[in-house]
Amino acid sequence: MSLLYTADHEWVDQGADSATVGITHHAQDALGDVVFVELPEVGKSFAQGEVAGVVESVKAAADVYMPVSGVVTEVNESLRDNPALANTDPLGAGWFFKVRLSEPAQLSALMDEAAYQALTQ
Amino acid sequence: MSDTSFAPASPAALLRTPLYDLHLALGARMVPFAGYSMPVQYPAGVLAEHLHTRKLAGLFDVSHMGQLSLSGPQAAQALETLVPVDVIGLAPGRQRYGMLLNEAGGILDDLMFSRRADDIFVVVNGACKVTDLAHITQHIGAQCTVTPLPEQALLALQGPAAVHALERLVPGVAAMVFMDGAEFAWQGHPIFVTRSGYTGEDGFEISLHQDCASAFAQALLVQPEVMPIGLGARNSLRLEAGLCLYGNDMDAQTTPVEAALGWAIQKVRRSGGARAGGFIGADKVLAQMHTGPERLRVGLRALERVPVREHSALQDASGQAVGEVCSGLLAPTADAPIAMAYVRADCAAPGTLLQALVRAKQVPMQVCPMPFVPHRYHRGA
Repeated sequence: MSLLYTADHEWVDQGADSATVGITHHAQDALGDVVFVELPEVGKSFAQGEVAGVVESVKAAADVYMPVSGVVTEVNESLRDNPALANTDPLGAGWFFKVRLSEPAQLSALMDEAAYQALTQ
Repeated sequence: MSDTSFAPASPAALLRTPLYDLHLALGARMVPFAGYSMPVQYPAGVLAEHLHTRKLAGLFDVSHMGQLSLSGPQAAQALETLVPVDVIGLAPGRQRYGMLLNEAGGILDDLMFSRRADDIFVVVNGACKVTDLAHITQHIGAQCTVTPLPEQALLALQGPAAVHALERLVPGVAAMVFMDGAEFAWQGHPIFVTRSGYTGEDGFEISLHQDCASAFAQALLVQPEVMPIGLGARNSLRLEAGLCLYGNDMDAQTTPVEAALGWAIQKVRRSGGARAGGFIGADKVLAQMHTGPERLRVGLRALERVPVREHSALQDASGQAVGEVCSGLLAPTADAPIAMAYVRADCAAPGTLLQALVRAKQVPMQVCPMPFVPHRYHRGA
């Protein structure tokens, strides 16, 4: 399944039980060297668009928004220990958290790869 | 994800330094700063640029800063009416730090000045240079000749290997010590070099004509020690060195005493000194040196690995508001979250434990001496 994107530069990968969320290559490039992440509490529910995490580089801090409403089921502890994963592998080992969707229909409003590429051109 | 601090430079109204094309050729990411389009980082990134400067040498374009010349027999006396520092006693060939004050003792800008053979050479902040020039001209334009030098570019070469790289291009600079200034030539072009900077490292600032600035920068960049460094690393380097950024760490509402810059006010200008007072804002500043300020700039180190950024509120152990962070980040060389803040004077002693509020959570911080990373200025053998 291909990734979906938000205008706030998060990506969503929908799996069988949960969706994985991270920040895009464009986002990590704009931020620069990531030195700190704050991840949500497992078990906490968020509405779409709520601040669910924070990512900081030496020069800037940015919020990470919940792209789709749901409950956080897992966070990437390796990213907490090694925030640079968000730079080196933003779509893979640099994922932020997993969420069990409460309103899966919200996915249909997210962007596909082509639409996101067009946005960040 | 949201962030506005790295919005691309809107090309319309922004000024360009003589190195603009070189920045683009080097792959810089340009941002608006002090009215100029300036490189915030190059492809190596802020962390690598910061660490490289501490290890070898970094080249900074600081041509956005204001340069001016004060000349005439009364220039030193005249400048002393605007700054609380000893200008008259500064020997030719030496440089000093100072600040322009308003009537309330607030800092209009901070600056460096050098005593040259025929003038006093002044460098002020880019964002303040227009108002500085107006202020200086208004107050001392009748006593000395105030000449802005907009045709001059300014480069900084900073780091422990800066001296080796620059000496190859400009023989003789290695004999200078920290805060010396001297005229040299490079390929027939006159350049003015000071052994100073804003990173806490040994290094130089080079003022030269805009027409040869890019060629000179390129000649430095081909030296094996030298890498171009953007504003991002300039900020993290100066913060580790405990140096103030005007607009963040001091402004027109802040006195030098509150900003913990009392060391820059020489005894001769203090109460009881031979030329005590006599500068704009003297009543307020000298009184405050005597009574002590109500708030003070301090260094802070977070006790958890959470960056604490500007405008974070600070509380004492009982939860009472005692101040606010003015600059803060996760410092690459100190490898810890560091900050500068203004706190109530009774909370300013090193070792004092405070709580910063970061996204409504408390982060424990401790007041600590500055610099966060030791200065390595070349003061001579």
